[in-house]
Amino acid sequence: MKHEIVEKNVGLMMVLILVVISFGGLAEITPLFFQDNITKPVEGLKPLNALEIEGRDIYVREGCYTCHSQMIRPFRAETERYGNYSVAGEFVYDHPFQWGSKRTGPDLARVGGRYSDDWHYAHLFNPRDVVPESVMPAYSWMNYQVMDGSNTGTKMQRLRVLGVPYTDEDIAGAKDFVNGKTEMDAVVAYLQQLGTVLKDTR
Amino acid sequence: MTSQAMSGFWSLWISVITLGVIAFCWWLLYGNRKTDSAQATNGEVETTGHAADGIEEYDNPLPRWWFLMFVITIVFGLSYLALYPGLGNYKGLLNWSSSGQWEDEMAHAEEFYAPIFDQYAQIDVQTLANDPEAMQVANRLYQNNCAVCHGSSARGGYGFPNLTNNSWLYGGDVETIRHTIINGRNGLMPPWVDMLGDEGVDTMSHYVLELSGLEHDAAKAQEAAPMFQAICSSCHGTDGKGSAAMGIDSIGAPDLTANTWLYQQPGESVYDSVSYTLRHGRNGLMPAQARYLDYGVELPANINSLTSQEKAELMPKLHLVTAYIYSLNQGK
Repeated sequence: MKHEIVEKNVGLMMVLILVVISFGGLAEITPLFFQDNITKPVEGLKPLNALEIEGRDIYVREGCYTCHSQMIRPFRAETERYGNYSVAGEFVYDHPFQWGSKRTGPDLARVGGRYSDDWHYAHLFNPRDVVPESVMPAYSWMNYQVMDGSNTGTKMQRLRVLGVPYTDEDIAGAKDFVNGKTEMDAVVAYLQQLGTVLKDTR
Repeated sequence: MTSQAMSGFWSLWISVITLGVIAFCWWLLYGNRKTDSAQATNGEVETTGHAADGIEEYDNPLPRWWFLMFVITIVFGLSYLALYPGLGNYKGLLNWSSSGQWEDEMAHAEEFYAPIFDQYAQIDVQTLANDPEAMQVANRLYQNNCAVCHGSSARGGYGFPNLTNNSWLYGGDVETIRHTIINGRNGLMPPWVDMLGDEGVDTMSHYVLELSGLEHDAAKAQEAAPMFQAICSSCHGTDGKGSAAMGIDSIGAPDLTANTWLYQQPGESVYDSVSYTLRHGRNGLMPAQARYLDYGVELPANINSLTSQEKAELMPKLHLVTAYIYSLNQGK
C-alpha cells in the first residue's frame, strides 16, 4: 500500500491504527473472558449483603482505594504480613473491583476478622486512638450518618444485571436490612468480610 | 480451585497473534529497508515521492544503530517467549510461574528460619522470657501482629487490655496466655438497664466503686449489695474478684476490686465508665491468632488438647509471643 494513501486519508489511518492496537488486546485480554479460574467464583464466594454493599459504596465514595489496596501479590513479604495471595475467583462479584494501586496504608484484601468490630469503630472514628503513628484521616462523621436503605435494592438489581446472583428476596429485604444503620456500621460490615472466603488462609 | 490452563483454541489464538505480530514487524523492518545508501544515483538520494506544501522527504535508509535496536527488540522478545510462559499454555524453558516463585521463596525462608524457631520451641517460656535475643525476635512478632490493638508498648487502650500490668481477665500463667493467643477471647457483658432500671444502674455503680475502694455513696452501695450478689456475682464472683482465677476457662469477667478499668476513656470518671457499662453492656473480642502468627501451619482440630510442648513445636512463633507477653509482667 502506498504511504501516501494512508497519510492523506485520516479515516483510513484511524481504522488502521485501531487494527494495529487491537492485536495486543486480542491476545492479552480476550482469552481471559473464557478462562474458568478467572470468570468463576472461588468455592463459597457469596455476594455482598445489603449492608456490605452500602459499605462498599462508602469505601469507594471516600476514596479508600487511593491508599489501600485489596490485592495480595504472591511474594513472601506480602503473604507473611497479609495472608494467602489473592486469586481472581475472589473478585468475580466485585463491580468495580477495589484492587487499588497504592499502599499508603496496608493492604486490606484479608483484613476481615483480623480485628474486632470494636477496633474498627475506634479506628475509623479516630485512627490515632489505636495506632498513634497513623496518618489516616478520621471518619468520625460516618458514625452519625444514618442510612435509610432507599437505594440499596436498586443497586443490587443493577449488580444482578452484571451477573451477581442476588435473589428477589435479597433485593426485597435490602431496604429494611440497611434502614437505621449508620455508615460506620456499613463500612465495618464490609471490611469484616474482606478475604474471608478462602478458609485455609488467613 | 479451577484449572489454570486455558483451552487449546485460546492457547493457539495467543500464540498465533503474538508470533504473527513479531513476524509482521520483522517483515516491515526488512521489506521497507533500503539497506544501502549507495543505491542513490549520481549522489542524489531519491525522495519518497510525495510532497506537502513543497516539502519533500528523502528516502534514506534507517541509521544502522537504530535498525539494530529494532532487531534486538525482536531477538529479546523471541528469547523471552522461549524462556517464560507467554504463548498460551506453553510453560517456557525455565518453567517459571508466579506461584512457583512464591513457593520457592517460602521454601528458602523455611530452610533458613525453621531451625531458629525450632530451637526456640524446645526452650520453656520462663527461660525464653529472659533471653534478650529471643525477646527481640518476639518483639518483632508482637509489633506485626498484636500492637495494632494492644499498642506498641503493650499498654493497651480504651477497650484493649494492658498487657504489662499483671492484671488479667483470663489469668496470666503461661498456658492461659498461650490459650488466649491461640483461640482468641470474647468477653461479653449484657446490658443490665432493663433489669436494674436507671436508679439501679446508679446504685450499682456506687457499689462497684466501693469494691475498688474509690470514693462512693455508701448508702447507695449498701442498697445495691443484694442485687450484686443476685445477678452480678455469677460472673464477677461474690467478692467481685472476677473470673481470672478460672484460668483457661475464664469467661473474662474483670476483677472489680483491682481499680483497673478497661473501658475508661481518657478524662472519663470511673463512675461514668461503670454506669455506661452497666447500661449498655460490653463485647470485648480478641480474634484467634494462631493462623496469623504461624502462617502456613496446619492447625489440628484438637489443638487445645495438645501438650504445651506439642503446641510450642507446632506454633513456635506463637510460643515466642507467649514468652514475650509473659516477660512483660515479670516482677510486677
